[in-house]
Amino acid sequence: MSMAAEERSLRAPWVLTAPALMLFVGVLLIPLAMTVMLSFHDWGQYKGIEPVFILKNWHEIATDPYYAEMFWRTFRIAILTTLLTALLGAPEAYILNRMSGRWKSFFLLVILGPLLISVVARTLGWALLFGGNNGLVNKLLISLGLIGSPIPFMFTETGVVIALAHVMMPFMVLSVWAALQRLDPQIENAAMSLGAGPATIIRRIIMPQIMPGVLSGAIIVFSLSASAFATPAIIGGRRLKVAATLAYDEFLNTLNWPLGAAVATLLLASLVLIVVGSNALIERRYAEVFR
Amino acid sequence: MAYLELDRVAKQFGTQTVVDDFSLSVGKGEFISFLGPSGCGKTTTLQMIAGFLDPTRGAIRLEGKDLTAIHPAKRGLGIVFQSYALFPHMTAAENVAFGLEMRGVPRAERSERVRAALAMVGLAGYEDRHPRRMSGGQQQRVALARALVIKPSVLLLDEPLSNLDAKLREEMQIELRQIQRTVGTTTILVTHDQNEAMSLSDRIVVMSQGKIEQIGTPQETYERPASAFVSQFLGKTNDFAGTIDRTVAPTQLVAGSWRAPAPAGLGGPVTVSVRPERIGFGDTGLSAKIITRIFQGNHWLFQCDSECGPAIVIRQNDGKAQPAEGDAVRLTWRPEDMSVRVRAGA
Repeated sequence: MSMAAEERSLRAPWVLTAPALMLFVGVLLIPLAMTVMLSFHDWGQYKGIEPVFILKNWHEIATDPYYAEMFWRTFRIAILTTLLTALLGAPEAYILNRMSGRWKSFFLLVILGPLLISVVARTLGWALLFGGNNGLVNKLLISLGLIGSPIPFMFTETGVVIALAHVMMPFMVLSVWAALQRLDPQIENAAMSLGAGPATIIRRIIMPQIMPGVLSGAIIVFSLSASAFATPAIIGGRRLKVAATLAYDEFLNTLNWPLGAAVATLLLASLVLIVVGSNALIERRYAEVFR
Repeated sequence: MAYLELDRVAKQFGTQTVVDDFSLSVGKGEFISFLGPSGCGKTTTLQMIAGFLDPTRGAIRLEGKDLTAIHPAKRGLGIVFQSYALFPHMTAAENVAFGLEMRGVPRAERSERVRAALAMVGLAGYEDRHPRRMSGGQQQRVALARALVIKPSVLLLDEPLSNLDAKLREEMQIELRQIQRTVGTTTILVTHDQNEAMSLSDRIVVMSQGKIEQIGTPQETYERPASAFVSQFLGKTNDFAGTIDRTVAPTQLVAGSWRAPAPAGLGGPVTVSVRPERIGFGDTGLSAKIITRIFQGNHWLFQCDSECGPAIVIRQNDGKAQPAEGDAVRLTWRPEDMSVRVRAGA
């Protein structure tokens, strides 16, 4: 190969990826960098945004307990949602995996269903079912005499967690499902022939092997829940703000863009840290299973 | 008395009969192979013994007790799976210890027995390895140790060697036989490899389409195949169409220009089966022409076109001159080297 040809072949990957790379830089990296820069700008009720470099917004977030509470709430909701999807989704995937052909595809569709419907429509559905005194479920429970007053659902963390768990369930089920596909189809028979009962098989043989799937599902669910907007906005409303809805309000209601940008940047940075950190932990812990 | 007994066992999936009328008694310490092509029902039969499938009809008894009434987890059988089905999240020692743990064997005795079992299969020092870090052959040994450490009443092997390469397979065959002899466990091997079945087993059960074709020692099934299927499946064979000629006395068996005194009790059109290594070149016999001659080191392989159809001849390379391609030869064999069956459908 001549020098020129060699040079050309070295350049080829760059040339070929250039369009996608430019799009990526143009629509993701540049706006992201601008948001980070925006968080250092000043803002006043009458003067608007001033392009200076100050730590005012960051200082406000660090000192005002309102922001600490709001971030804590955001991550509490995300953690509870993750736990709920793991507790329900892992068994769900296991049962689904044991079903025979036609039922399997039917129930897989049922589980994936939420992904096909707009989050807004789905969450409003939840509000109709559970919301206030006129919610169907509350009405039913009251008329059956099971409860005296309606269970609060709207504008509560419980409501947000339940609605989010429903939205996030497919990600957990699919992730555990993928882990189940890697299982040796004879593994349960092998354990059974050695004298293990059904509970022992699940606890000692199945669980440890699908745990990486549960954890990677958990990472997806956690990061999507912590940055979710539509569900907390509709169920939680103005009373129960999370990081995403707060950033939205700062941008569009208060018009304090720099403060909104600081909230958004902090959310992004902490999510990246959490996801990268737990991913590294999982990979180290389960190295032997995936070699 | 039979140790393990299968009495007219049958298995149906819907309307499809996978195993039919399977009867076999296995003596204690015996090594039995279920041999047949894929889909012949051999694995299904094994799974019924293991308890992963319930027979539709028939009974399976172990030392006179009804085995089908016992839950698979309580049967106490050792099973080696085709994929080994090792627990990937456990070390070799933990894999082997699992069965003992389920039986509540105390920790000290457990680790002693695990160590002994791994040493027996030649894996001393590999206790802390995870299966994914072991070779196929090593994984196979762990699976064998895991099955044997619980001192099973019967060892079931489901195509255990089919995932190994040829050389390793041969090594493992010898080792498997040695271990089985030492431990003395009654063993059932499922295989589609006739060499494996012949070199390992005391008796072979040849199966085809859910039915038993023949039960016999390796030598019996090879030398005296009970059916055309058995003779075709176990090694290479030549089938010549022949007839019993009753117009002469004594009655004669005629295949082309080869003739011999007819065996008693047969008449009409027959099939004469002769193994290729039992055919020699002589002055009389079936006339044939050599199409190809292939040198294979210790023997020559001849493909001939005979008056009764294509024929294969294998001759030991004993240093003597052999006929060349294109030569006209006469194929001959001793009457005791052939098996004669009434020709089906004729």
